[in-house]
Parts: sequence; structure tokens; C-alpha cells
Amino acid sequence: MQWFLANLPQVLNLTGYHLIQAVVPLVLSVIIAVPLAQLARVNKVASGIILSAGSLLFTVPSLALFVILPSILGTKILDFTNIIVALTIYAVALLVRSTLDALNSVDDTLRQSATAMGYQPLQRFLSVDLPLSLPVLFAGLRVISVSNISLVTVGSLLGIPSLGFLFTDGLQRNFPTEIVVGIVGTLLLALFMDVVLILLQRLLTPWLRTGKSISATPRSTAVPA
Amino acid sequence: MTAQDSTVTAQPSSTSAREFAGQDGGATVEFRGVSKVYQTGQPAVDNLNLNIESGKITVFVGPSGCGKTTSLRMINRMVEPTSGTITIGGRDVSTIPAHELRRSMGYVMQQAGLLPHRTVLENISTVLRLNKVPRAQARKRSLELLQTVGLPESMARRYPNQLSGGQQQRVGVARALAADPPVLLMDEPFSAVDPVVRAELQQELLRLQRELAKTIIFVTHDIDEATILGDRVAVFAVGRRVAQYAPPEEILRAPVDDFVANFVGRDRGFRRLSFSSGESVPIHSAPTTLWDGLLQPDDDAAAATSRDSGTPGWVLAVDARNQPLGWLAPRTGSDTNPEILIPGGSLFRAGDPLRNALDAALSSPSGLGVAVDAEGQVTGVIKASDVLAAIDSTREGRG
Repeated sequence: MQWFLANLPQVLNLTGYHLIQAVVPLVLSVIIAVPLAQLARVNKVASGIILSAGSLLFTVPSLALFVILPSILGTKILDFTNIIVALTIYAVALLVRSTLDALNSVDDTLRQSATAMGYQPLQRFLSVDLPLSLPVLFAGLRVISVSNISLVTVGSLLGIPSLGFLFTDGLQRNFPTEIVVGIVGTLLLALFMDVVLILLQRLLTPWLRTGKSISATPRSTAVPA
Repeated sequence: MTAQDSTVTAQPSSTSAREFAGQDGGATVEFRGVSKVYQTGQPAVDNLNLNIESGKITVFVGPSGCGKTTSLRMINRMVEPTSGTITIGGRDVSTIPAHELRRSMGYVMQQAGLLPHRTVLENISTVLRLNKVPRAQARKRSLELLQTVGLPESMARRYPNQLSGGQQQRVGVARALAADPPVLLMDEPFSAVDPVVRAELQQELLRLQRELAKTIIFVTHDIDEATILGDRVAVFAVGRRVAQYAPPEEILRAPVDDFVANFVGRDRGFRRLSFSSGESVPIHSAPTTLWDGLLQPDDDAAAATSRDSGTPGWVLAVDARNQPLGWLAPRTGSDTNPEILIPGGSLFRAGDPLRNALDAALSSPSGLGVAVDAEGQVTGVIKASDVLAAIDSTREGRG
């Protein structure tokens, strides 16, 4: 505890780096995966390519990806960009599939209803398909958020700052307190991100919180004589 | 459900909606040699020719798989015909961009198809907002429509899952009417609600139509619904042809072939009475007694029963406003038990057709149908034999 308090500025600093490396790929992956998933939904050929590419990418070991990327991107090995790009690839690979599930969860009669009212395709996608798929989409996002938080720590093996640094540093110095602080910090960060996502979902889906209790008004049957 | 006396102050909010409108607020719809063949090679609609009158309710009825829904969906290009043309107000629909065409006609589907993430008000405003009507104006118009379809303003902020099935359908109708379209397409809109609510919604639709005079094309598989709502009914037969296209009375009276006769069913003779006026049925004075749950019927009234209506002893109990409550069975000699109110049958309201008169007489425990005026006050009783006599005279009248 004393060590933690004494090194608080450094821990907070690492937490900040960690958060950025986890959140930026999450946001990027949504921007990339949603159009890909919609493409996969409407086009059978594209669907096969996108889904198998996603599965394939996810099998590449993370450390290998971190090491290969600089030579592909022309970045330095210690550049944040490497981590961001690598984690975005993983997140997209996972998210495409769950976004496809999310879009498929939308009742097709609602799509038809919206089309019949005169929505044009893009308009309908943005204001009907996407909002209605949010519940399932967020379930996928929460899994990826946790996976991102943990994957970021791998970057510390290359010397990129994150809470993972506390593991490697603690291990080298044979100093368990530092390792524990790193683990607890990572867990808390994952928990924090989960809470943020849950709150965001509640904010974006107000219609799901309405009870059905007030629905049925009693009807009087015909009064006979 | 109260019938509201709301007037519809519909402003033409989209020019495209007005373009093919006739003078009565509707527009004619015409099918000319329309066919739809799906990729499987099976035709869904085969050479359909149909003139749909402006400002009237036209019902497409038939068993499932006979192409009636496909035909409806070709009107707003949800389905594109393989050959043939469909015109609205003389304009070929294939020349109008699909989304503009759809915004210019109302569409009501089964289960209402309301957007669950939008409030009732937002749902009704949908087409107005798509037509770029300013938010405040769209809101005002939507609140008016909520009243038009008989829903309280307090529902405006609710989400669809907070409404009953019947209320959702009312919102669905309000949404379809929002842009004041000349044509309203209704695809089995009432088939998912229970029979009591369905009857209410049917009457509401007829009331609305008296005010609005839209061209309504209504798809159903229920011949009863078709004869209640339709000014004209098109019976779609297996084999994707229109077997008969005529006013409902004619379809019930003179089905053109075996298919139609079978489809309109066994009760068609009884149903056809819906189209004969019940005015000629004599109304006899009713033996009534004021009932507050305690009073015995007074003996004079009981005596009057046997004199006037030939069913000795039955007395109609009414409340203080002279509205019927039920029947009191004849008292048998020494019986001193408290009187028990027996629920009555259906009511014959002033202006109802013969069908209701016969049903009132047949469903009443006393054998006497209760006739009431528009306010629900008892005007007398009717007898089944009188109704049958009236049916005979209408037959002679037709010669």
C-alpha cells in the first residue's frame, strides 16, 4: 500500500496510457465493423469473405502481431500506433460477427414497415436498423472492451507503457507488491470500462426501460340487456 | 370506445401526396395486366386487371397464397411487378421514385409495425419528418391525429410496448394518415387483435372513412371483415385470379362460382341480412320494471307482458335512465325467492340491419329482442317471427 501511494503518479500515468490504448481501438473497431457487418448482411459473397477473414485474423498471436506490424506500417517498435492498429484488428475481427448478429436481431417486419413509410436505405439503416441493434451490439462491445484491456498489457513486453509495465518490472525486481498493483489496476480498469458501457447503453436505449405494467387498460365487454 | 367528434384539419404537407389526389381526397388505382413471377418460376399474381374506385374502401380477400398481399405491395413498389402497369390517379407508379411514392401513401400492417425505439408521437410524425415538415408543425399535426383515432394525448410520450395491441393499431392508422395521403394500404391490419377490439377498430375505420373519404385498399383473409368494411370486395381465388369483384351484398347474394360460394361460407344467408334495413320490423311495447337489485317487479307489469307480447311473465329490467339491464324470469306460483337478473342477448339499435334484429331476438333468454334508440334507451321489444316476415317481404320487394 505504501509503495502504491508513493508511486501513485506513475501508476496513474500508466493507467492513462492503458486506457487510451484500449479505448481508441474500441471506437475505431465500431466505425469499421458496423459497415462491414451491414455489407455482410446484404451480400452473401461478402459475408463469407468478411467472416472467414475475421476468424483468421483472430488466430494470429498478439505478440507476433506487435512485432510484425512496425515493419508493415513503417513505424518504430515503441510507437503506440502498433498497439492501436493491432488491437483494432482484433476488435474488428470479433465485432464484425457480433454486429452481424445484432443487425440480424432486428425484426424484419420493422425494416419493411420503415421501408413502406419511405425511408431510403442509408436513412433506414442509421435511424432504424442501428438503434434497434444496440442491445446486442453492446453485449459484443463489452466482451471486446475487457479483451482489449487485457491485451494492452502484452505491449509492455516491448516496452510500451501500460499497467502491464508493473508486471514486467515487478517480475524483474522480484517485487510482488508491484505485480499485485498491476493486476488489481487492470481488473479495476476493465470493470470501469464495463460500467461506462452499461451506462452508455442505458442512455442510448431509453425505450427498453419502460415497463409493460401500464399497458393494458381494462376493457368493458358489451353490456347485454 | 367513444366515437370522437373530431374534425380532421388535414393540411397537405407533401406536394407529391396531392399530385394524384382526386376531388374526394382519394385517388383511383388501376392494375393493368399486372403479373408477378418470383425466381422460383411460380407466378404470385397472374395478369391482374382491376379498377379501384377513388374515395372508397376496396377489400382484397382470399385464402393465403392467392396473391392479395403481393398485389397490395406492388402498389407502393415494395414488390416490383414482372409485367403490367399500376397507375395512381393516372400516373404510372414505376415512374415515381419508390421512397417518394411510399411517403405519398399510408401503409398499415399486421402488428402495426411501430418503431419500438420511438415514442407514439415520434412514430406518428415519421412520414412528416421524412418529408421535412418542421418539428413543431409535425408535432401539432400528430397530436391532432392521436385524437382523430380516439387516443388520449397522454399517450404521446409512451413507447409502443406500453400500449395494448388495439392501441398500437390505432397509432399505426394515425401514422399512416399523418401526411394526409390520398391512398391508404392496409395489410391485414386487424388480424392480430382479439375479436372485441377488432370489431371496435372496424367501426372506427368506417367512422374515419366517412370523414376522410380516402382510397383504402384493405387486405384480409376474413370474409366477414371484408363484407363489413368493403364498398367493393375482390375475392382472390387459388390459381391467382380474381374470382369476383363486386359490392359485398352481391357477393353474398350471388356468388359467381363454387369457389366464391365456398369461400363466403355457410352463414352467408345470415350475413347478407347485414345489407337489409331493419326499419320494417315492428317494435312492441316492452314490459319493463325499474331494477335496483332489490325491488320485485310489480304485478301490473308482469300482467302486461302476457297481454302484449305473448311470452307470459318475462319482464325487462331497466335502470333509472331506461337502459336495459337484463331479464326477470316469470314467477312460478308459490316461488318467493329473490328475483334473479338473467343477462340478456344482443341489442337491436335504431338503424341496425335485419341481421342485428334477428340476432337480438334469437339471443334473448325471453325470445324477445330488445330494441334501443341511439342513446341506448329501451324503445320496445321485437319478435323473431316479425323479423322473418320482414325478410320475406324484402325478398318479394326484390322481385
